[in-house]
Amino acid sequence: MSENTIKNPENLVYEKTSVMTDRVLHYCPGCGHGTAHRMLAEVIDELGIQGDTIGVAPVGCSVLAYYYFDVDMQEAAHGRAPAVATGIKRVLPEKYVFTYQGDGDLAAIGTAETIHACNRGENILVVFINNGIYGMTGGQMAPTTLEGMKSSTSPRGRDVKTMGNPLKITELLAQLPGTYFVTRQSVHTPANVRKTKKALKKALEYQKLDKGTCFVEVVANCPSGWKMTPVQSNKWMEENMFPYYPLGDIKVPEK
Amino acid sequence: MKGNEALAEAAIRAGADAYFGYPITPQSEVIEYLMRENPVDRTGMQVLQAESEIAAINMVYGAAGCGKRVMTSSSSPGVSLKMEGISYIAGAELPCVLVNVVRAGPGLGTIQPSQSDYFQAVKGGGHGDYKMIVLAPATVQESVDYVKLGFELAFKYRNPVMILSDGIIGQMMEKVELFEQQPRSKEEPEWATVGKKEGRDSVIVTSLQLQSEEQEKVNLRLQSKYREVEKNEVMYETYNCEDAEYLFAAFGSCARITRKAMEMARKKGIKVGLIRPQTLYPFPVDAISELSERMKGILTVEMNAGQMVEDVRLAVNGKTPVEHFGRFGGVIPSPEEILEALEQKIIGG
Repeated sequence: MSENTIKNPENLVYEKTSVMTDRVLHYCPGCGHGTAHRMLAEVIDELGIQGDTIGVAPVGCSVLAYYYFDVDMQEAAHGRAPAVATGIKRVLPEKYVFTYQGDGDLAAIGTAETIHACNRGENILVVFINNGIYGMTGGQMAPTTLEGMKSSTSPRGRDVKTMGNPLKITELLAQLPGTYFVTRQSVHTPANVRKTKKALKKALEYQKLDKGTCFVEVVANCPSGWKMTPVQSNKWMEENMFPYYPLGDIKVPEK
Repeated sequence: MKGNEALAEAAIRAGADAYFGYPITPQSEVIEYLMRENPVDRTGMQVLQAESEIAAINMVYGAAGCGKRVMTSSSSPGVSLKMEGISYIAGAELPCVLVNVVRAGPGLGTIQPSQSDYFQAVKGGGHGDYKMIVLAPATVQESVDYVKLGFELAFKYRNPVMILSDGIIGQMMEKVELFEQQPRSKEEPEWATVGKKEGRDSVIVTSLQLQSEEQEKVNLRLQSKYREVEKNEVMYETYNCEDAEYLFAAFGSCARITRKAMEMARKKGIKVGLIRPQTLYPFPVDAISELSERMKGILTVEMNAGQMVEDVRLAVNGKTPVEHFGRFGGVIPSPEEILEALEQKIIGG
């Protein structure tokens, strides 16, 4: 089949959503960020809310997320995205507001902002990418780095006696009355990608109904930070990350 | 009205869309008044007690990024916590009004009034080359008027404006004339994130430029904005400067005490005047420079260990001696000791 045949409109089965810009993603090959971005963008597209959505980008690998989402966005200081999103939502309550944050941003420096936004039940979507490492700054230990896992600041592996335990912040947030829907997903297989997309869609639909904070964690790989090939990193993630961070819904709305 | 409560009422009347704050003495009456008054019923203004000053200033960032009129207030240790956010707000060029009801430091210091945050307000405080417009009220009336003026300047220059008050002005009660209720603005500035409209690019509120050359362009744009501010917005008052041989320089509540010292000196036949900068940034450089040419000496009077004195010396540029008198740690100077300092440090010096 030639390239032109593939491009024929009648053969078209999938196309890039217009909610993603044409900018080339800066993410490393095999990284989960690109897929997570795309799922969120597709959901915004399908719900027809591109013009009513305001996103907040974090500090970390996805600091430039505003180059890829074709929606109005604000860049927050490290860890402060939930507070920035609170400010936006309080003055524009009819808009859809999301934050997109990594583990260092959300579960270390921004823990207070995260917990209190969730505790107030801010009617926002928090997308949490957990790859257990600081990718942007070159592979340092994150709050979610697993016990024994090596990073540039835990070169002999994370010693929980001196470095603390990997933080299950998502389970913690699910305890708060302000959170409405809390789930943990991944984007490393087509089936998981579909589940993540479904979760994101539900979350934004709940936002329309003013239900409280919806929190979607995506356990992701970091081939560069973990010093593995993309395929190896996905396998390692399944074998090591998922047992500690099990996939599935943690808090679902009562029927 | 009490100074802090007057600030809060002024925010409602100035048509503010939101206030985000965190309690700290001696300014907690601002948020207490707002919560009591519940302005959402009067004007639709949102009020939220944040979990920290850090969260509060970032809520200000988010709401200001939507083109809204937003205010926060705090006192010295809390303002230190806000400094990160203020740097981001200055970098992203967002308008907002910030109030510092200053207490003495460093550290927890004391809850008594002070002017020891002059450097923090005027010289930066947060990281990077940026400036806040800094208004220094001396009365409760000026506190009220500067809230309205603050929003006007903040939006004119897309820049944070700080009202540098202190524990005296925040806590004291004075007669005040409140301005009429201003309507909340319905405008959607083109730089604000309000949802992407058909036919326009998405709006990005950020202070990040990864390329040095691009960041330098941002810095140059900010600097040219600051030069405009310096050209257009200097405010000060002078008293008895026409025939003066000596000059006091003081701001805020301290200027009122110094004015009393000036009157006492005049009764003794000492020809002394007073300049009171109302804007600390932009600083009245030209006015002080001109005045200094015919003064035998200048005494700055501050409730700190000597901060504004540095700017006065820069403005005077060696044309006449400049000395500083200060009480600090929450101690308020008396007119008598100010007069004595003038006689010893300037006239006898």
